[in-house]
Amino acid sequence: MTRKQRRLTSIAIAGVVLALAVALTLSALRDSITFFATPSELALNPPPPGKRLRIGGLVKEGSIVKDGVLVRFEVTDGAQSVPVRYQGMLPDLFREKQGVVAEGTLANGVFMARTILAKHDEYYMPREVVDALKDKGVWKHNEGAKK
Amino acid sequence: MIAELSHAALALAFALAVAQTFFSLWGARQGDQRLMTVPPITAFGVLAFTAASFAGLTYLYVTSDFSVANVYANSHSAKPLLYKFTGVWGNHEGSMLLWALVLAIFSALIGAFAGNLPPRLRANVLGVQGSIAAIFILFILTTSNPFLRLEIAPAQGQGLNPVLQDIGLALHPPLLYLGYVGCSVAFSFAVAALIEGRIDAAWARWVRPWTLTAWLFLTLGIAMGSYWAYYELGWGGYWFWDPVENASLMPWIAATALLHSAVVMEKRDALKIWTVLLALLTFSLSLLGTFLVRSGVLTSVHTFASDPTRGVFILCILIFFVGGALALFALRVAELKPGGIFAPISREGALLLNNLFLSAICATVFTGTLYPLLLESLTGEKISVGAPFFNATVGPLALLLIAIMPAGPLLAWKRGDAAAVAVKLSLAAAVALIVSIGVLATQGAPLYPMIALATGIFAVAGAITEYATRIALLRVPAAESFSRARGLPRSSLGTLLAHLGVGLSLIGVAAEGGWSVEKIAAVKPGESISVSGFDLRFRQWAERKGENYRDIAAIFEVRRDGVFVTELAPAKRIFVMRGQQTTEAGIETFGLGQLYLSIGDPSPDQSVALRAYWKPLVLLIWLGTVVMALGAALSLSDRRLRIGVPKAASKKKLEAVPAE
Repeated sequence: MTRKQRRLTSIAIAGVVLALAVALTLSALRDSITFFATPSELALNPPPPGKRLRIGGLVKEGSIVKDGVLVRFEVTDGAQSVPVRYQGMLPDLFREKQGVVAEGTLANGVFMARTILAKHDEYYMPREVVDALKDKGVWKHNEGAKK
Repeated sequence: MIAELSHAALALAFALAVAQTFFSLWGARQGDQRLMTVPPITAFGVLAFTAASFAGLTYLYVTSDFSVANVYANSHSAKPLLYKFTGVWGNHEGSMLLWALVLAIFSALIGAFAGNLPPRLRANVLGVQGSIAAIFILFILTTSNPFLRLEIAPAQGQGLNPVLQDIGLALHPPLLYLGYVGCSVAFSFAVAALIEGRIDAAWARWVRPWTLTAWLFLTLGIAMGSYWAYYELGWGGYWFWDPVENASLMPWIAATALLHSAVVMEKRDALKIWTVLLALLTFSLSLLGTFLVRSGVLTSVHTFASDPTRGVFILCILIFFVGGALALFALRVAELKPGGIFAPISREGALLLNNLFLSAICATVFTGTLYPLLLESLTGEKISVGAPFFNATVGPLALLLIAIMPAGPLLAWKRGDAAAVAVKLSLAAAVALIVSIGVLATQGAPLYPMIALATGIFAVAGAITEYATRIALLRVPAAESFSRARGLPRSSLGTLLAHLGVGLSLIGVAAEGGWSVEKIAAVKPGESISVSGFDLRFRQWAERKGENYRDIAAIFEVRRDGVFVTELAPAKRIFVMRGQQTTEAGIETFGLGQLYLSIGDPSPDQSVALRAYWKPLVLLIWLGTVVMALGAALSLSDRRLRIGVPKAASKKKLEAVPAE
């Protein structure tokens, strides 16, 4: 091979790998990302059934009902609330009036959660939830997130 | 008194680091031999004072001096002694101090081992190291002082986050920091080379052992973190594609690429500019990781209470070093002599392909990690990019890379013979195929894990093939094979082991992803459930007391084919002081697989939600990384790679080889 051919081969191979990476990334960005919505946004603009999304807010007081491994509760942002169904283990810091993020799909007005996100620390409030609560004026400064 | 002395020691370390930067860079610029002898000494000084400061903080923790705000906020007198030590870096301020300490250790090591580097290069390297140390210590002193006193000393501290009260905290952060910060050495070498405007094959020879050391620790640090998350969080997952995890993965990928491109630079005097760029990018990604974790941009178990001024300061550090280094690179790149062009089918061609794939993977992880942050700051829209994204992007790229990995070491330099390599690897491919068909027939097969499993087996069989080829097994008498095996250079054996480890880890990942069995059920005492051939009988609730917690454990009897095997006690651990609780999984190892139980909160009717997993071959995931690290260690012990091996001779030899 001449010097020029070698150079061209290297560039062609690099182009192929790069194109592959870009194609995979773009298709994954279309299919595999999850949007976040607050209960108010859900009420205003319901997503198509079967679309995966994340919702966040506070666990409504007195809404937790456990039946074996099936759990029902409501997530509220102060203005609106969404009923959630979940089958499985709840994270350690899942409590009434605490922040929660659930990932799943909305079906007939009920959010079927596939995962409930864990908090690692009592000071930690999911940032999405903080913002959602601030929007609704429910958030009081120095509540939770900071020592 | 100790707090004030420690604070003063840190301030002195800062002053020395500033002096080191100035003397080194100025001395190198002026060619002043006397000035250039100063930096190795100041490097030891910075280490001594940073270490003293760190020892001071440790003393304050061990003696529970709650008049210090940091100790008050993160410790408790009833905390077990081990966690009083490890709690030193279980918080923002202390972990930054550990960061600075590790940096000082690396600078001092350069001072100690780089005796036969050209004095000007050594001075420039230590100058850049000094500037990194100075800025990070300044960051600690101004925004994250761990030695601040409280006006009134409280009688008791607030305790450490229970999730962190684990042996994992003793290992994971120090190992990870040794890796993160170790990447700074390659960075400093790259900047020094750019300042001088000269890079040659010898440069790669000096940089490689440092990068290999950093890579070794980074590998172990990430693996340790993964195993810790696996057993501590009670979810049975070992990797969540959490931005903070990705922040540690990106420098690892870049360092892996750097190790491979440095080989090409050393042996063939090619890919020089690319290698220097990679050295800059690797540490830039470490700094980015530090920024993501420490700035409070993200929320996770790794980010402690955040303070916006810190975020801005770290962002400035990031912009200064990354921007400065890249600007210098752009300025000097035209002056650097590019290396040769080489044939696509050759060892160097394979190494280039490795670099292309690793760069693509790194860019993908980068995109997935930062895209949500970018989108939110631009449009306010909140999205999360998680496992589905990375499985669909990083997965295929990594599988392709690992599938071609066994061919690389079998190809000759300059001009490889693809057909001969294909013949050599045909046996390995056949083994991978047969085992996969066997698994398919007996276990059933989801497609993606099946491909991953076959690739992993091929990589392992490929590494064994390489070994057999090198010792000419069965082609020459056994005695000669034996003597060849003894004569193999340790660096080749190291490569072989590292590649073997990659294959083993992939087999573990594939098996865990494709053939794990999960069962979730509510059980009452006396009831049984079965999972993958194991019968689990919930015998009773039990309460156990630890030093600063109590466990509410569900005792399960595990039977296999009716025979009692063991007892597992997954539990909820309640930390009285902070009113917090954690989940303690009950894990039993069978061969390389694990039975994993975790429980939810007990219900008033005595029942509990149980999550039971059977995870086949899961241990291979971490054993594979240990094998990789062993490979790195073996390679480091090779005489030819030893830091500071006479460079004049090697340089002459390399100059004699014409670059193609």
